[in-house]
Amino acid sequence: MSKKCLVVDDSKVIRKVARHILETLDFTVDEAVDGRDALDQCLQTPPDVVLLDWNMPVMSGMEFLRALRQSDLPVRPKVVFCTTENGMGHIRAAIEAGADEYVMKPFDRETLESKLQIVGLA
Amino acid sequence: MSEVNSAAIRTLAAMLEARTGQQLVTSRVWRIETSLKPLLRERGMTSTDQLVAAMLKGSEHGLADRVIEALLNNETFFFRDHGVFQLLNGEALEVLRAARAARRRLRIWCAGCSTGQEAYSIAMMIADAPERWQGWTIDILGTDISSGAVERAQTGIFSQFEIQRGLPIMMMMRWFDQEGENWYASAELKRRVQFRRHNVLEQPPMPGRFDLILCRNVLLYFPSAVRTAAFDRLASAIEPDGVLMLGAGETVLGQTAKFVSERELRGLYRPAVLGEASKAA
Repeated sequence: MSKKCLVVDDSKVIRKVARHILETLDFTVDEAVDGRDALDQCLQTPPDVVLLDWNMPVMSGMEFLRALRQSDLPVRPKVVFCTTENGMGHIRAAIEAGADEYVMKPFDRETLESKLQIVGLA
Repeated sequence: MSEVNSAAIRTLAAMLEARTGQQLVTSRVWRIETSLKPLLRERGMTSTDQLVAAMLKGSEHGLADRVIEALLNNETFFFRDHGVFQLLNGEALEVLRAARAARRRLRIWCAGCSTGQEAYSIAMMIADAPERWQGWTIDILGTDISSGAVERAQTGIFSQFEIQRGLPIMMMMRWFDQEGENWYASAELKRRVQFRRHNVLEQPPMPGRFDLILCRNVLLYFPSAVRTAAFDRLASAIEPDGVLMLGAGETVLGQTAKFVSERELRGLYRPAVLGEASKAA
């Protein structure tokens, strides 16, 4: 059965690019436009992995991640940040908040595939 | 930009094969113009044909070397084929650790290491298991035919794009320091790896034999006879109970009788004599 990835990004272009790559890696893809939308979807049907932007309106990636990790979901979706924030401070903060991996934009298929392998999903 | 004409392609292909043993296979032909673009720009040239003509005229010292450098494919990334590296770090290194328990020394050769990511991957794997390797001497040598690639490997500097291809974020944080858009290998990591220029078709890069050889996505560029010769070289450089790691799409089947696959180490190969003996046991 294919794994499910929730792509969370306010950019339609990024969602489209990520969806294309993920589908070639046999993932089923859902999309969310911000953290709030993502949290609603996760609480309803948790995905295997969340590909998460940092800066978004309504609810940021970090706010989403903290809420997700504090939720009482029976499963623990993997979270891979995918953001233009490329400083060590941001990376450290993401890992401390419960992110499993981190991708700095721009990215390509090999980068994304390798990160999904690292978290045990590709 | 104009398309490269077939006479220029033939010239470049012949020169590449003569100097490196590598074939300019059909799948790489499309890359020629892209690869040579920086050299064309430097000279204000508009076509690859002009560059090939200048090279044949021999008016510019070292131009042919630079063209060859540009044509070599330096594609690589950290822990390429994650599953194989897990197998290597698990069963394969454990087999070698048991076999070398008395002398507590491992010699590892990354043949065709490009810009060094693979050699650094091995070094991080070892460094992240200090208890497992306490008291051991682990020599890691990375070699490549491209001087440019070797020079880059020696710097231990990687762009943002390169650093995150295959490298787990925790390892990146532990072993690299950020400066602007680049990531610098720590002195402790660089100390564990040596790099030098070397052609895998030549005599092994140093006396003695290696316990583990990685030669990944290198041999696929050689024509069949040259590939067999390369396997002979690798066989002469590996310990009789050593381990050979090839690229994910590469195999020894039908290419050489010097190495065989082993059921317990799928995707890895061992010298034929030992491999056959362990199958019979």
